[in-house]
Amino acid sequence: MKVLKLIIKNTWRHKLRTLLTILGIAIAVMAFGMLRTIITAWYAGVEASAANRIITHHRVSIIFQLPLTYREQIQHIPGVAGVSFANWFSGIYKDVNDWRNFFPRIAIENDAYFDLFPEIIISQEDRAAFAKERNGCIVGEKIAREHGFKTGDIIPLEGDIYPGHWEFVVRGFYKGRDATVDETVMFFHWKYLDEQVRQSQPGREVNVGWYVMRIQNPNDIPRISGTIDEMYLNSRASTKTETEKEFQQSFVSMSSAILTSINVISFVIIGIILLVLANTIVMAVRERTREYAVLKTLGFSKNHLIQLIGGESMVIALAGGVLGLVFTFPVAGGFAKAFPTFFPVFNVEPITITMAFGAAVVAGIAAATFPASRILRMKIVDGLRTLE
Amino acid sequence: MSLVSVQNVSKSYWRDSFEIPVLNNISFEISEGEFLGLMGPSGSGKTTLLNLIAGIDRPTEGAITVAGTDVTRLNESELAKWRARHVGFVFQFYNLIPVLTAFENVELPLLLSNLSKKERREHVEFALNVVGLEDRMHHYPKQLSGGQEQRVAIARAIVTDPTLLVADEPTGDLDKISAEEILKLLERLNTEFKKTIIMVTHDPRAAEKAHKLRHLDKGELS
Ligand SMILES: Nc1ncnc2c1ncn2[C@@H]1O[C@H](COP(=O)(O)OP(=O)(O)OP(=O)(O)O)[C@@H](O)[C@H]1O
Ligand SMILES: [Mg+2]
Repeated sequence: MKVLKLIIKNTWRHKLRTLLTILGIAIAVMAFGMLRTIITAWYAGVEASAANRIITHHRVSIIFQLPLTYREQIQHIPGVAGVSFANWFSGIYKDVNDWRNFFPRIAIENDAYFDLFPEIIISQEDRAAFAKERNGCIVGEKIAREHGFKTGDIIPLEGDIYPGHWEFVVRGFYKGRDATVDETVMFFHWKYLDEQVRQSQPGREVNVGWYVMRIQNPNDIPRISGTIDEMYLNSRASTKTETEKEFQQSFVSMSSAILTSINVISFVIIGIILLVLANTIVMAVRERTREYAVLKTLGFSKNHLIQLIGGESMVIALAGGVLGLVFTFPVAGGFAKAFPTFFPVFNVEPITITMAFGAAVVAGIAAATFPASRILRMKIVDGLRTLE
Repeated sequence: MSLVSVQNVSKSYWRDSFEIPVLNNISFEISEGEFLGLMGPSGSGKTTLLNLIAGIDRPTEGAITVAGTDVTRLNESELAKWRARHVGFVFQFYNLIPVLTAFENVELPLLLSNLSKKERREHVEFALNVVGLEDRMHHYPKQLSGGQEQRVAIARAIVTDPTLLVADEPTGDLDKISAEEILKLLERLNTEFKKTIIMVTHDPRAAEKAHKLRHLDKGELS
């Protein structure tokens, strides 16, 4: 490409303008990368959910509980390979104004609960120690790191759904089988919850937040879900059974308005990249109309002019794209540090990098299209008559 | 023998739906090695005629043959190739590319040839030598005087050794002394290097240098 030198020299003609354009694109690409990363992080829980688990909760809302007696009945439905249950505890840990203190706290039936979740990895010793201790708990390695939890430490919580002062002893840690597994959950015994509530609030019953079932053959999921929901249709607490994915999705979709707007904004940003670049290229090409006419006069072909104008646009777009991605990683890292429990999995995915870079490339091509076609159509004699 | 033959050429421009007739049925010939001066009042169509001969515009009617090729029959890309091989251009306002040095400006037309880098450098140095600017090779246009810029433009026009050199008021923007230098240079290109030159000018002193003069008035040649 013999016009390469001219492309580079043209790009540097207005250094400040070019630098500001590159910076503008870089910031937009970074914003795009961040927003896409937030979206993927949001869905990470859904992605991680297993295809062979179903969840049964109260038909009206997850905040109403189900009777303990359902366990026996569900267990005997053919095709159900395992069943357990859990309750949402909530509670307050230390300063509520610190995001890091917002990790989920869940009461589980017993340590057999983990058998349903092969992606949650706990050592034999930790699991045994947890099983033995009434108020023991298992915490994710990520929050253990965050808060410096060690075996034997006491985690104090102020109850909200279940009032009172609570203390749990760390008996073990779990890690995720892969990056999509949330490592920020604290698990403890449902029995302990039940015991304490009976003592402090006589008359109040602790039931079941949701049941989790492992299904032998995923093809049976619709049938089994239907059987369960039919069974309790006319009972005191009717149920809704869904796949774990649907269940997770219903959490996510609670914020779907926010998610949709982030999605929309991320694509608006591509439009901004395009406008920033198009503005610069259109101005630059217009200023040089006469020079392009001179090049045409000398015998430079349409291809040469396309290379010249498109090349300049691409140089700026790619510089902005690369710089933007270079910014994205530290910013995403900082974001993940600031809200570690909010987004358990916060990685800049390869698809995000590809999309951000692709956006810059598309903008580079699109921004050059209009001015280049104008120059190609321009008659030499008209171009030579223009004054700068 | 004639190098350029203009036969019954008419040219109109259209602005909105108005036809602006510029050249009216013009015929003439230019022989090889000639130095032709084209004169006439402003707006008489001198630039238009020059552009038609040089193949950067097309006549509304008529044919123009240059060195045996009817340029009015070439399509746009053929015409571009033809210009690169056969025509050297000198403009009133030099029209150098400001971000390129004198050397790079002169090299531009050679980028379209198959010459090696070394051959290109030899040609460029030779052309700059002819116009007496070998010591300004690495200067940018804005570091040169108007006369020097025009000499670089002339070097760019001759570097491909074209069949025909066209110059549209090459001294129009220059002071007397620089204009004198440019005219001497063109004269030398004609006598020493046997270049056929067509020069549009208003300047009587420039016209003196030409061997033959043609006057254009209201689209008619005399
Ligand atoms: N590209 C164009 N589009 C429309 N009209 C044009 C164009 N080029 C020239 N004209 C018109 O054609 C006429 C002749 O113009 P031309 O430039 O050939 O004159 P000229 O003799 O070179 O004048 P000058 O001495 O001022 O350079 C003018 O009326 C001009 O306005
Ligand atoms: Mg003119």
